Amino acid sequence: MSREELLNRFTKAFEAKLQFKTEFRGETTYTIAASDLRLVAKFCRDELSFDYLIDITSIDNFGEEPRFEIVYHLYSMSDSIHLRFKLKVPEETGAVDTVSDIWPTANWHEREAYDMMGIKFNRHPDLRRILMWEGYPYFPLRKDFPLEGLPSEMPDIAFTKVTPMEGGPFVTVPSTATSKDREPRARPPEL
Amino acid sequence: MPETRPTAYDSKIEGNVIFTRFDAALNWVRKNSLWPMPMGLACCAIELMATAASRFDIARFGAEVMRFSPRQCDVMIVAGTVTYKMALAVKRIYEQMPEPKWVIAMGACASTGGMYRSYATLQGIDQLIPVDVYISGCPPRPEALLAGLMKLQEKISYERSFRNQKPELAERLEEVLG
Repeated sequence: MSREELLNRFTKAFEAKLQFKTEFRGETTYTIAASDLRLVAKFCRDELSFDYLIDITSIDNFGEEPRFEIVYHLYSMSDSIHLRFKLKVPEETGAVDTVSDIWPTANWHEREAYDMMGIKFNRHPDLRRILMWEGYPYFPLRKDFPLEGLPSEMPDIAFTKVTPMEGGPFVTVPSTATSKDREPRARPPEL
Repeated sequence: MPETRPTAYDSKIEGNVIFTRFDAALNWVRKNSLWPMPMGLACCAIELMATAASRFDIARFGAEVMRFSPRQCDVMIVAGTVTYKMALAVKRIYEQMPEPKWVIAMGACASTGGMYRSYATLQGIDQLIPVDVYISGCPPRPEALLAGLMKLQEKISYERSFRNQKPELAERLEEVLG
């Protein structure tokens, strides 16, 4: 199946449900409603040969409504085609359906999204933290979580302290200038 | 007429007897057989492995016996980034090592947290366990680790080992011997 053919079948099947389409460097992204996720996911795997879920990423649009956004990166091994679809999750519900029964790899990706961003996945078989420890009280990749961290204490398991920033964060500058100009330095964001 | 009396208890080692302080002998034994606990947590562990391999050959300093059981170790080489999730595990392993024990913080991360100024990284292993030698570098070259090991050997050679290990016996001996 060619890329055009595949996208045509996709848009035909979900004509009314696709909210937004973007093209960037030959890759297509659709925005869908959270309630249609499982329908779209099943169709993509069974009818459109998207047998590989590359990644699930989450975005915190802090200050906007709805606050969270989840992006599903699909790839078709047989046709070598990328497809991306994303959906918005408001903070009040803070949950979407799992796709871990459709692509088993989603199991850990969803656990990571839960661990770092605090988004829950309905009917996930084992929704535990994956990087931080069970009992860590924060979701560290949220925009309202400070870079230097917050203190926490779990006796005999782990603790965290606030990191001294010493004028940082220290960031590099992407450019072709000399390494002296590019090296990591405290660069406060220009207001 | 001068008279000769044999003083050695064994004629075979006559002439090879050395008089020294007990501490000096003990330290000499200790510092030349430091069995490391390789606490490899990140890229520094690769340099640690290179140090143990043939080109740099940590065996020249008697520290080639990497033990993966803390109960047989003398020096813990913390090589890499210590995350908060790993921190108490490192401490527990350190506590399982028998006395006397030493710690080398290898590289920027183990010494200070390095470039990881974030919520997830312990800012230096010395916040949890006492460190004897810090090695700079990101990661340090094997030569730097060997230099650190030699610094530790130097430190051990000046320790008051007997008094540290048996304080009561040392006091009683001092009383008896005046």
